[in-house]
Amino acid sequence: MAKRKFQIYIGNNENGELANFETEVKEGMVVLDVIHKIQAEQANDLAVRWNCKAGKCGSCSMEINGKPKLSCMTRMNEYAPDETITITPMKTFPIVKDLVTDVSWNYEQNKRIKPVKLDSESKTDKGYIMYQEDVERSQEFRKCIECYLCQNVCHVLRDHDQKDKFVGPRFMIRLASLDMHPLDTVDRIPEIKNDYGSGMCNITKCCTVVCPEHINITDNGIIPLKERVVDRYYDPIAMTINKLFGKKKKS
Amino acid sequence: MLDISEIKTIEHDVLIVGAGGAGLSAAIEASSQGMSTGIVMKSLLGKAHTVMAEGGMAAALGNVDERDHWKIHFRDTMRGGKFLNVWHMAELHAKIAPERVRLLEEWGAVFDRTKKGLINQRNFGGHRYPRLAHVGDRTGLEMIRTLQDHGIHQGIEAYMECTALDLLKNDEGEVCGVVCMWRETGTFTIFKAKSIIFATGGGGKAWEVTSNSWEYTGDGYAMAYEAGAELMDLEFNQFHPTGMVWPLSVKGILVTESVRGEGGILLNSEGERFMFNYIPERFRSETADTQEEAARWLAGDPSARRPPELLTRDVVAKAINAEVKAGRGSKHGGAYLNIATQRSAEDIKKKLPSMYHQFKVLAELDITKEPMEVGPTCHYFMGGVKVDAKTTMSTVPGLFACGECAAGMHGANRLGGNSLSDLLVFGYLSGKNASEYAKNKKAHSAINQEQASRIIQNATAILNRESGANPYLLHEQLENNMQNNVGIIRTKDDLIKGIEQLEKIKEEYKSVKAKGASQFNPGWHEALGLRNLLITAEAVARAAEIREESRGAHTRDDFPSEQKEWLNYNIISRKGTDGSMELLKRERPAPNQELKRIAESTIEDLEKEILEEKKQLI
Repeated sequence: MAKRKFQIYIGNNENGELANFETEVKEGMVVLDVIHKIQAEQANDLAVRWNCKAGKCGSCSMEINGKPKLSCMTRMNEYAPDETITITPMKTFPIVKDLVTDVSWNYEQNKRIKPVKLDSESKTDKGYIMYQEDVERSQEFRKCIECYLCQNVCHVLRDHDQKDKFVGPRFMIRLASLDMHPLDTVDRIPEIKNDYGSGMCNITKCCTVVCPEHINITDNGIIPLKERVVDRYYDPIAMTINKLFGKKKKS
Repeated sequence: MLDISEIKTIEHDVLIVGAGGAGLSAAIEASSQGMSTGIVMKSLLGKAHTVMAEGGMAAALGNVDERDHWKIHFRDTMRGGKFLNVWHMAELHAKIAPERVRLLEEWGAVFDRTKKGLINQRNFGGHRYPRLAHVGDRTGLEMIRTLQDHGIHQGIEAYMECTALDLLKNDEGEVCGVVCMWRETGTFTIFKAKSIIFATGGGGKAWEVTSNSWEYTGDGYAMAYEAGAELMDLEFNQFHPTGMVWPLSVKGILVTESVRGEGGILLNSEGERFMFNYIPERFRSETADTQEEAARWLAGDPSARRPPELLTRDVVAKAINAEVKAGRGSKHGGAYLNIATQRSAEDIKKKLPSMYHQFKVLAELDITKEPMEVGPTCHYFMGGVKVDAKTTMSTVPGLFACGECAAGMHGANRLGGNSLSDLLVFGYLSGKNASEYAKNKKAHSAINQEQASRIIQNATAILNRESGANPYLLHEQLENNMQNNVGIIRTKDDLIKGIEQLEKIKEEYKSVKAKGASQFNPGWHEALGLRNLLITAEAVARAAEIREESRGAHTRDDFPSEQKEWLNYNIISRKGTDGSMELLKRERPAPNQELKRIAESTIEDLEKEILEEKKQLI
């Protein structure tokens, strides 16, 4: 079996380089398998995050030939047989070491979001009643494995470093899953507009392209939230009707 | 001796090690009891192995079939566990699971719904009624995400990518702290606590073919063992019948039982539905004996009995193994799991999206068109830290354990779906009881300098020595040894060979060397985890050699049937006074007579009894 060429980033934020490696690649191997092989045989301390190796935990996010991907779900046979594979850490987050980045900013954003609060009046003695068609919108967003590839690729965060203004696509869909939860009673629209930066997204949809769970982030999550913000704050007819007929606000 | 006054110390009332479903449930409860709560985890929050659970959480909600009741769930659990379960734990689990599942919904979990708008429940192996509350095939993700999103607002301190190394004990023999290492920096911190809960999961990474993730190195078992705790039932390792088989790099990855719950059938190379030939006597009256009846069951006929593909995991795993050995295996040495001919492509994509995706990407196979190749994979530890049935405290005062890390709940074989509910129930009970324990302690105990310094030096020695064995290669040797000598079918000779091999690897481990610096060094982490795997593997191999019968997940080719006297014993492993592992056969306490009656009733009698109870309530 021929040896394949790899270039893997070794180093941290201050200094590092693309180190060259060569190794045999067997049938069915994914990029993470290659990294493990190199780790075991050539570079014992090559730092990489991984856990499940089945596309479910979102730990092994990195950039492979410039594309943000889960390395455990990227088959080597997706590339041409003589292609050199370049493996680098996610660009948007500070590098800890080699392929591991500091993703703590994401956890800080999650903490800002108010948790769900169900409408206690709709609880029966058999439990909450919600129908399948009503929960499907939230369920799509709850497939998210928090791989942060969408955060990584969003140009607002990646190129313009607006982490203080925009929570990013991941948390936009978390907010969407809560706002679209049939029984959630918290009014999130003001914060979505003022604090979480829904206006920062200009619908380039790179997030949707990279999502390994194929969640329709922009079309099903972000755009509806933008529409809800517009309805509340920028639609003169809706605002007039609200004023005249005093629409009952959520607590 | 290392000067540990420089080592940072963090204090909490209750400290939890492990942030899966059990750990997070425990932390949430401890925090709600007013305890200062810390939770330490090897990976990032929300990424523990729980995230991979697919099937669902078993609870007698009765939303799909109103006949369901905790007594039936309890009976199913005992029969699945071949009556080796700790009776009271199985009882608590069946009784408490429904309210914990409902609480999860309160905290934001969005389950699939029944037509009437209630939490939907699916069929699963060994469960009389559809019992598993689920979301598609990603229920584990739903659980951990819900607990995470709820937990972060409860005032719990979460310490991510922080590996627990060993426990600290005070002069009274109580645990009083844990020495931990930060993966990112390679520095150490001592966590002081008044009570400690282990929720560290199992040790499947000792085998070559496993469904387990990177974290599963038996850390809790080893640390508890080193602290003098008793381990129990280590010989019971569940080999899930359906792990992927091809390509090699994904061998072992789980194919959820839900595929069979949704109607998937197992075929050998001759196209035969072989499970009909493997129905054990015990389950014969509850299992369909013709393909026609099984088809009626799939169509929803309540008078039809369930197909043999939904027998308990130990039965199915051994059946597949036998077919392969007999030369009727699939192309790459497994069995064919076919759902393409049983349900529409649309249904399959809706109910099993994650399986569809997994096979499409990793095996380039469309499960709506072709059968999958599946085979046994090391999946779950029924045994672990021996705990008190009521309080979940181990034999070391102040040390609690819950989830897969604790022993007893599942007996000799676990039913699918019972783990996710186990996490909710015993996580909660551990949190509650560890809080009680902590409340009764006025102050933190002083840290023993010598203990802490020894733990840290054992860890740093791996980095500092000039040269030594490669930890990755040692791990590979261990995996091969366990796969070949302590696998799904065991014999005395293989086990003895396995134990000898383990002794050799243990010897080599003494000089294991991790190259590189201490910052985020996976080689170093691998070496640290290896110590725990070796202790776990030894406990499994030695216990397997002593139990001379086949029961549940433990199968001895030289003792192929259940031996009645063995039902009276558990095998305990613990650290002896000379430092080596000692094993004892310990008589089980006599069961509660009422529980015994319930578990031994026929299903018809039990259902009559429940109906009577309901009538009387009205």
